[in-house]
Amino acid sequence: MTTLHIPDHVHLLGPQRLHPTLRPALDRAQIGDRIATITGGWEEREGEDEELRSHVARDVVDLRIWGRLEGVFAADSELRAAMQERYDRIRVLRRLYQRQLAHALASARELLTTHDGWCEDLYELATEASIDAVRIIDRKHREHVADIHTAFRERLDPSRHPELERQRDEIRATLETCSALCIAGGHVAILLNRMRALGVLDHWGARPIFAWSAGAMVLCDDIVLFHDRPPQGAGDAELLEPGFGLVKDIVVLPHAKRRLRLDDPMRVALFARRFAPARAIALDDGACLEARQNVLTHVDGSSRLEEDGSVVLLQTSGSAA
Amino acid sequence: MNQLLRELAEQGRNEAAIDAFLEQHELPFVDGSKVTFVFHGFVDEVYLQHWIFGLPSSQQFERMPGTNLFHLTIDIPERSRVEYKLEIRKNGQRRLIADPHNPHFARDPYGANSVVQGAGYEFPDWALEDSEARRGETQDHKIESRVFGGSRDLRVYLPARYRPTRRYPLLVMHDGQDYERFASLVTILDNLTHRLEIPQMVVVMTQSPNRLHEYADDPRHADFIADEVVSWADERFSLVDSPAARGLGGASFGAVASLSTALRKPGVFENLFLQSGSFAFTDIGDHDRGPLFDPVVQFVNRYRDDPKRPAQRIFVSCGTYESLIYYNRSMVPILRDTGAELRYVEARDGHNWENWRDRMREGLSWLFPGPLWLVYE
Repeated sequence: MTTLHIPDHVHLLGPQRLHPTLRPALDRAQIGDRIATITGGWEEREGEDEELRSHVARDVVDLRIWGRLEGVFAADSELRAAMQERYDRIRVLRRLYQRQLAHALASARELLTTHDGWCEDLYELATEASIDAVRIIDRKHREHVADIHTAFRERLDPSRHPELERQRDEIRATLETCSALCIAGGHVAILLNRMRALGVLDHWGARPIFAWSAGAMVLCDDIVLFHDRPPQGAGDAELLEPGFGLVKDIVVLPHAKRRLRLDDPMRVALFARRFAPARAIALDDGACLEARQNVLTHVDGSSRLEEDGSVVLLQTSGSAA
Repeated sequence: MNQLLRELAEQGRNEAAIDAFLEQHELPFVDGSKVTFVFHGFVDEVYLQHWIFGLPSSQQFERMPGTNLFHLTIDIPERSRVEYKLEIRKNGQRRLIADPHNPHFARDPYGANSVVQGAGYEFPDWALEDSEARRGETQDHKIESRVFGGSRDLRVYLPARYRPTRRYPLLVMHDGQDYERFASLVTILDNLTHRLEIPQMVVVMTQSPNRLHEYADDPRHADFIADEVVSWADERFSLVDSPAARGLGGASFGAVASLSTALRKPGVFENLFLQSGSFAFTDIGDHDRGPLFDPVVQFVNRYRDDPKRPAQRIFVSCGTYESLIYYNRSMVPILRDTGAELRYVEARDGHNWENWRDRMREGLSWLFPGPLWLVYE
């Protein structure tokens, strides 16, 4: 597995459709003319980026990771079958994980909402234990997914997949001409899988990255899927799998105002405590986080979910985050 | 008597005071489970006409002595939605009118009814236009039907950002244009798609010119839907070629047509959306629903004798104030025992379009789960 270089600075932005903030972020970082974009999370709409190009006012080259991998699959049925098998196994694993989570989270929620006058210290022990049970399930899931990926990589012989290698080389060559990489949101699993398959970040080095929504999620240690108000089910946030880990100890939450019940202290506290010590940070419209060597140096329009159930607006200072 | 009316009676009973009082208050009065209807006018008698199965369908208002103010208080359980009209009687003449003091209406193909929302009822925000939701496109088409002879109107909903390079699930909705007009179908599709609660999907809305006959287990209708409409849609739109990605739905007789079509054409639709199905049957003797129901009762009786799985997933909803609630409750275990995965939902509502509107989010998102857990744009 390739060890990725931590970029000098990574900018995590809120959703761009209604409140685009990418250009000011690029300007502030004095990014030059040619930038690479990834819009593969948009799937078949990949590359329909007229608004994005007009907004950034720079020379843009889309890496076409979605289309490239579709082409690879069309040319390499062996690789497609192997990847399909891997994702089938991960899907099964995910369903099993969801079942485990449902019980553990229901238990934690019940304890957090029914204090019933128990001794404070004993109550805290019990609630911490119930959240710990959730953390253990998360950790095991993370390990099981990692095992599946490791087994896949060990079986993969690059020499048998020339089309994949050719696409990786093309992306590498394209990226050498770009001063920044911009990763749009969309389908987070597709984004992660295709960026990984094509080795997009393997040789990116220390150059800056700008990412929003799902694009921001894949850069963190863990990718957490969340929705407190789904039309079906209890709204159990779940770990998808580890991300690229270019920004440490942060779980980013795009569209948090729409997706989360931020006015429910129990749910906020449970989320914050479950993923601690990682900080759960809302990335809503207009939000901007800048991390330099893993230290948040600029924060604007974001808020953090606290372990006491509150939601705190972050200041423009690294220490607050 | 409602407390506010009691105060009005004590304060004085002149007509001007009553008018002023009515202007100041939202009517009907909803106080917990008690709902008080009020009418003010020069009439002889006033009756509440509603369609709550289980209550007398006509209930007389009481006149406040010495006034032209009529009132009636009834119990309506919390979270109920009740559609009604007022029957006015004067000089031996009867007239049905909407409640002039109630601004809430529900439209249907026959006009409009007044609506009272019980305590705790919440209007679904996902049924209102959302300025952030991208709009899909609706197209009007005609299809030449060999089965029925002549052309039929079809209305097609394409989701926002429809691309021929992607393949979409297909939902065929009976009386789809009524769903659009009276149950906000298109707005709801836009909103649920925007919220990622359903996938982008193509919806074909049919509208039969003779629904009570064609929907009543008419074999021609099954041919029309499963052979002609599905093939027509397949030729024109980019659809997933799998029964698991096809759904068929409707309300009332439209639900009967959906079930009948799925049974007559197995393997075409694996998702059924059945709202307030007119699944009348008899265990013994005759039914009392009139001759239009004869083929329906025969169909449902046959099905109950020899149930088969009509689809993999079936969503059934019914209002508890409908006369059809007994039939729907009876069908649920039968359908479930066929091995189908079934979701059944009841609501305190009647046989009307807004009941069907209010259940759409739960039904559609269950049959066609959207990508909300995985997509963050």
